[in-house]
Amino acid sequence: MVDVAMTPAMRRPEKVYSVKRTADTRLLILAPLAMIVTELVLGWLRGSYLTPGATSAGAARAAFSFDATSLLTGATLVAFFMGHLQPVNWLRDNLFSTVGNSVMTLVGLIIMYGLVAGLFDFAVLHATWQGSDGEACRPNTGACWPMVEAKFAQFMYGRYPTEYRWRVDLTYLLAVLGLVPLMIPRVPFKLQNAIFMFGIFPILAFFLLVGGVPGLPHVATEYWGGLLVTLVVASVGITASFPLGVILALGRRSRMPLARWASVGLIEFVRGVPLITVLFMSSVMLPLFLPPGWSIDKLLRALVGVALFAAAYMAETIRGGLQAIPRGQFEAADAIGLNYRQKMSMIVLPQALKLVIPGIVNSFIGLFKDTSLVLIIGLFDLLGIVQQNNTDQKWLAPTNAMTGYLFAGFIFWIFCFGMSRYSAFVERNLADTEKR
Amino acid sequence: MKHLVKLGLAAALAVASASSAALAQAPKTLDAVKARGTLSCGVGTGLAGFGQPDDKGAWTGLDVEFCRALAAAIFNDPQKVSFKPLSAKERFTALQSGEIDVLARNSTWTISRDSSLGLAFVATNYYDGQGFMVKKSLGVKSAKELKGASVCVQTGTTTELNLADFFRTNKLEYKPVVFEKNDEVVAAYDAGRCDSMTTDASGLYAERLRMKNPDENIVLPEIISKEPLAPAVRQGDSQWFTIVRWVHFAMLNAEELGVTQKNVDEMLASTNPDIKRMLGKEGDFGKGIGLENDWVVRIIKAVGNYGESYERNVGSGSRLKIDRGLNKQWSQGGLQYAPPIR
Repeated sequence: MVDVAMTPAMRRPEKVYSVKRTADTRLLILAPLAMIVTELVLGWLRGSYLTPGATSAGAARAAFSFDATSLLTGATLVAFFMGHLQPVNWLRDNLFSTVGNSVMTLVGLIIMYGLVAGLFDFAVLHATWQGSDGEACRPNTGACWPMVEAKFAQFMYGRYPTEYRWRVDLTYLLAVLGLVPLMIPRVPFKLQNAIFMFGIFPILAFFLLVGGVPGLPHVATEYWGGLLVTLVVASVGITASFPLGVILALGRRSRMPLARWASVGLIEFVRGVPLITVLFMSSVMLPLFLPPGWSIDKLLRALVGVALFAAAYMAETIRGGLQAIPRGQFEAADAIGLNYRQKMSMIVLPQALKLVIPGIVNSFIGLFKDTSLVLIIGLFDLLGIVQQNNTDQKWLAPTNAMTGYLFAGFIFWIFCFGMSRYSAFVERNLADTEKR
Repeated sequence: MKHLVKLGLAAALAVASASSAALAQAPKTLDAVKARGTLSCGVGTGLAGFGQPDDKGAWTGLDVEFCRALAAAIFNDPQKVSFKPLSAKERFTALQSGEIDVLARNSTWTISRDSSLGLAFVATNYYDGQGFMVKKSLGVKSAKELKGASVCVQTGTTTELNLADFFRTNKLEYKPVVFEKNDEVVAAYDAGRCDSMTTDASGLYAERLRMKNPDENIVLPEIISKEPLAPAVRQGDSQWFTIVRWVHFAMLNAEELGVTQKNVDEMLASTNPDIKRMLGKEGDFGKGIGLENDWVVRIIKAVGNYGESYERNVGSGSRLKIDRGLNKQWSQGGLQYAPPIR
C-alpha cells in the first residue's frame, strides 16, 4: 500500500526485522491460491458445487462467499508466516500504517476479492465441463468450456486445412527454437542465431505457411485464422517496424533535406490517420481503383498497413531516445574520427535504444492488440474467429459468448504479459551491465 | 540517403509484383467462374442458421447452401466454393469490384440497392421481417395486445422506426427501452427489464437460445416489416443473373414436385412430365441457361430441395426451429412461388 500520510514520528526505524524483497510477490500468489484450493476442497466435501443440479442454488453461492471471506483472511496470514517472522509488524508498517492506508488496504482487498471470486465463480465453480452442444451449458451460470474444446483447433488455426496443420506447428516450433536462445543472454552464438531468426526463418515460415512448392501445396491466406493470423500480423509488424522505425527516426533527425522531409512526411501522415481507416480504405476503396479482377491479398494489405503504422510510432519512440543522448556523445564520436554509420551504430543507437525499451515494448504490446482490427477487412484473428463462432447455433447458450471472450482475453493476456515481463528482465539486465 | 531511395524502390517493387499475380477478368461471369474452377461466394461474418461456422470450421447455413447449390449446378461439386466473409459495409463493394461472383448474405432487397448500387437481387430465398418476442407468462397471443408494454430495442436502427410506426398505426401506447448493442437488448429482456423485445424474426429465434429458459419465451405471429432476404449479382450479365435465379427456383420446384435428396435417383425414372423436364430427361432447359441438362439433379444431390435445406439449417432439423411461415410453398399458404421449368 502507498504511504499517503505518514509522518516522520510514525515511521519505524528501518531494518529492525528483515523483509525479503520477494516476499511481496509470494504473498500475492500464495494468498489467493490457498484460498482457492481450500475452498475447492471444502466445496467438494460438501458436494454442493461441481454437481450441475445444486449449482444454481443461491445457498451454495452464499456459502461460498462466507467461506471465502474467512479463508481469505486465514490464507493471507498463512502466507505471511511463510515469508516473514514478524508478520504483525510487517502488516502494520506496510498495510495499516495510518488510517488512510488502512482504509485503502481494506478497499483494495474488497475489490480484489470481488474480482477474483467473480472470475473463479464463473470460470470454475459454476462452469460446464462436459457436453456436446449449447443445451449442456444452459443449466449452469458459469463458462461453457466444451464449446472452447470443440472449437479449439479453429481458434488456433482458423480454417487452415486439417491435414496441413503440422506446417503451422512446425513453424511455431522453429520460431520457439530460434527465439528462446536469442532471448536468453547467456546462450552463445547470438550472431548465427540472429541470422537464422531474421534471415532464414522468415523464408522458411513463408514457404511452410503459404506453400506453393513441391511437397507443400498452396494454402490461400483466406483459410488462415485464429491465433495464427494474430501471431503472423503481430510478428511481421514487430520485426518490420523496428528497423523501419530506426531508419525513420534517423531520417527525421538527418541534415539531408530530402531524407528529413520524406521521414517527417511519412510519420506525420501515418500518425494523422487511424489504422482502422487505412484498413477500411484498403478493403472498400482499393478494389474499386484496381482494374476489375485484380486484387491484392487481404493479409498482405493488412501486413503492409500494420507494419507502416507500427514503424511510424516506433520512429517517434526512438527519436525520444535519440534526443536524450547528450551532445557530448556525438561530438566525442566525431572527435575520434568515426563516420556517420559507425557513430550511430556504436555510440548513439545502443544508448538511445536502451533508454526507450519501455516505450518500444509498449508499442509492441499495442501492436499485438491492434491486430484485432484486421476483422474490418474480413480476416479472422483470434478475437474475430471467437466472435464468429459465437453465432454457431449448435452452441447458442446464455454464457457461450462470454466464455469465448474470456478465452480470447486470456490468450491475449498471456502474450502481452509475457512481453512485458521479458522487457522488465532486459531492462534489469542492462542496468546490471551499467553498474559493472 | 541512397539507402532510403533503394528501400523505397524495393517497397514499390514488392507491391507491384504482389498485385500482378491477379488474373484479368473475363467478360462473362460464368466463363470466369469455370476458368477459375471455384465459385466465389460472399457470405456474412456469422449469423446463426444462415452463414456460420461449424465445429470443424466449415461454413453451414441457408445462404451458404445456396452457394453450394450454385457450385453443384456448375461444377457438379458443392465443395467448389470459396467463401468470402464480408462485413455489412464491404459486401456491396466486393460484388461491384468483382471480388465475388454472388452475394448470399442475408441482404434485404430494396429499390435503392437495386438501382443505385449496380446490384441485381435475384430472388427472395428467405422472407424475414421484424417480430416480437414476449415472455409466455405475459399471456399475450398477438402483438396487438401489447398495449402499454415496455419493448427492448436496439437504437439507431430501422427496427426502432418500424416499432414506432407499428404502435402509432395501431394507436397503442408503449414504452421503448433502447440499447446501443444487440447483446444488451437480449440481456435486458432476459433479466426482465422489458415485457417484449423486437428485432428481425430470424434473429429472435437465435436470441431465444441465449435466454436462460428459452421455452418461457414465444415469438408472436405478427411480422411488422418486410425484409426479403435475397442473393444478389452484378448488373449487366443477364446470363449469370438467370442461372443464379433459377438455382433458387429449381430448389423450390423440386420441393413442390416431391423430389428430395433421398429419392432423386428414383425420380429420374418418373413418368410425370414436370419432373422429367426438371431433371433433364426431356428438353434442353439446362443447356438453355448455359449449364448441363442434369443441373437440377446435381443441385438436389448436393443440398436437397428448398424445404430440406430450410429445415436442416433454420427449421425443425436445427436448434433454431423457425416456423416456415411466409417461406412455405405458395400452395401451402406461403410466398415461395417458383415459375415452372418448361
